[in-house]
Amino acid sequence: MVERRPFLTFLTHAVLVLGVLVVAFPLYLTFIASTQTSQAIVQTPMPLLPGGHMVENYLAAWNGTGGGSGGKAPVGQMMIVSLVTALVIAIGKIAISLLSAFAIVYFRFPFRMLCFWAIFITLMLPVEVRIGPTYKVVADLGMLNSYAGLTIPLIASATATFLFRQFFLTVPEELLEAARMDGAGPMRFFWDVLVPLSKTSIAALFVIQFIYGWNQYLWPLLVTTSEDMYPVVIGIKRMISGGDSEMEWNVVMATAVLAMLPPALVVMLMQKWFVKGLVDTEK
Amino acid sequence: MDKRVYFRSKWLPWVLMAPQLAIIGLFFFWPAAQALLQSVQQSDAFGTSVDWVGLDNFRNLWNDETYLASFYTTAVFSSLVAVLGITVSLALAVYADRVIKGAMVYKTLLIWPYAVAPAVAGVLWLFLFAPSVGVVAYWLNAMGIEWNHLLNGTHAMALVVMAAVWKQISYNFLFFLAGLQSIPKSLIEAAAIDGARPWRRFWTIVFPLLSPTTFFLLVINIVYAFFDTFAIIDAATQGGPGKDTAILVYKVYFDGFKAMDLGGSAAQSVVLMVIVIALTVVQFRFVEKKVNY
Repeated sequence: MVERRPFLTFLTHAVLVLGVLVVAFPLYLTFIASTQTSQAIVQTPMPLLPGGHMVENYLAAWNGTGGGSGGKAPVGQMMIVSLVTALVIAIGKIAISLLSAFAIVYFRFPFRMLCFWAIFITLMLPVEVRIGPTYKVVADLGMLNSYAGLTIPLIASATATFLFRQFFLTVPEELLEAARMDGAGPMRFFWDVLVPLSKTSIAALFVIQFIYGWNQYLWPLLVTTSEDMYPVVIGIKRMISGGDSEMEWNVVMATAVLAMLPPALVVMLMQKWFVKGLVDTEK
Repeated sequence: MDKRVYFRSKWLPWVLMAPQLAIIGLFFFWPAAQALLQSVQQSDAFGTSVDWVGLDNFRNLWNDETYLASFYTTAVFSSLVAVLGITVSLALAVYADRVIKGAMVYKTLLIWPYAVAPAVAGVLWLFLFAPSVGVVAYWLNAMGIEWNHLLNGTHAMALVVMAAVWKQISYNFLFFLAGLQSIPKSLIEAAAIDGARPWRRFWTIVFPLLSPTTFFLLVINIVYAFFDTFAIIDAATQGGPGKDTAILVYKVYFDGFKAMDLGGSAAQSVVLMVIVIALTVVQFRFVEKKVNY
């Protein structure tokens, strides 16, 4: 701040508080709705202070005993599906990108640059532009309604490969020479030198990719048809597919809170890496 | 660019590359090639016969009024999302940059929505604006605006734009804040000594220096509005009322999986592919320019 003017300082905080309130309002209301009975919500306007039915709503959502008209799969199971999917996608992406970046930077082999560009071009082929044929491949491989179908097609990652390649290029060559002098083979060098050096990049990518995996929608919508394989994001959409008044909004909102919690916690607790990850993956 | 020292092995690099190459081959290039192939074919609903039809699918698209309408919808939707998202987050970032005490608190509270799944964001905003139970819909009614996004296409569009912008604010905000913090303080102070007020300083110094960030975010936001908002739209409006919020990606999904028009859907996929390639090229040309700065 260059000048000290009380009015400007006041204005600054006023604008920011207003912004935060607008951004937080939908989240606040979601939480409130998840603590009310469904009757209280349907009476417009709904109460704006927490009610006393939090525990029963969350239990109803978790066990799938809400009496709404839409889907009633237990959220507990869906959370497990989401968690496994998000973890497999995040860890899988990091693992295969580390390996291919290592191969591209530390080896010479025919078609090396072609491989690199092939990986890079996948940036231009998001799921949305090839949904039909990709679905067919997964169906032909018998991977519908399985964790393999939910995760493997999403594991390839141009951004992560690119990021690790950039990082490996900055690693001093003396490290490789020293490692070789000590008799370390390629995999030994990879595990004991490169992976520990990449720790911060790995953490940053993990945060971004975990959120990416958790929030997937279109792909799970296509490849899962049985209730016990729905991620929670799909489950919540199915809950609201009834009409809008006979729905049990309190249970839906409890589910929404549950669905938001894990990625939100990851962002909050790993904020430093989250910001680094965002900035790095867009370079 | 290449390492001078490297490992010698004929087979190890291929083993290391194998998982990535297998996945991109099987789930990216093969389906993309299939999409190209299907876009020039026409198969009947049971998939028993396939005819070569050349560019007929594209010609049909061009003559299909709902497709052109979807193009228009997408253009309106993505420009609204990009412009509103960038304006709001720039304003917030400029003020947040001024704060000394409590900056972390504001930042933490503003980056929240990034973690919310688009589908959940759609549900949250639907809940606020649902005509029968929504709190905001009730307030709007009390103010004399009869809100009903189930019947009114403009309302439905406003609803999905708000949800999409809300979700993207945190992302834009973080990039703007980083951009603002990299502007040398001496420039601002020099202008202040010359008597420039904050408003003037913003337009003559800060905004021009931020333009690379703004341009970058513009491209990112358009890509976001094109491709990542499918879930918001599917959750909040299902493309309705009528087809008023059916953006291109929604239409590809709907035609391919609900209406089972494979050829038409594949042709739409190809059009989308061209759009992504164009946007990616724009983005990377720009990134190269930034490096030369």
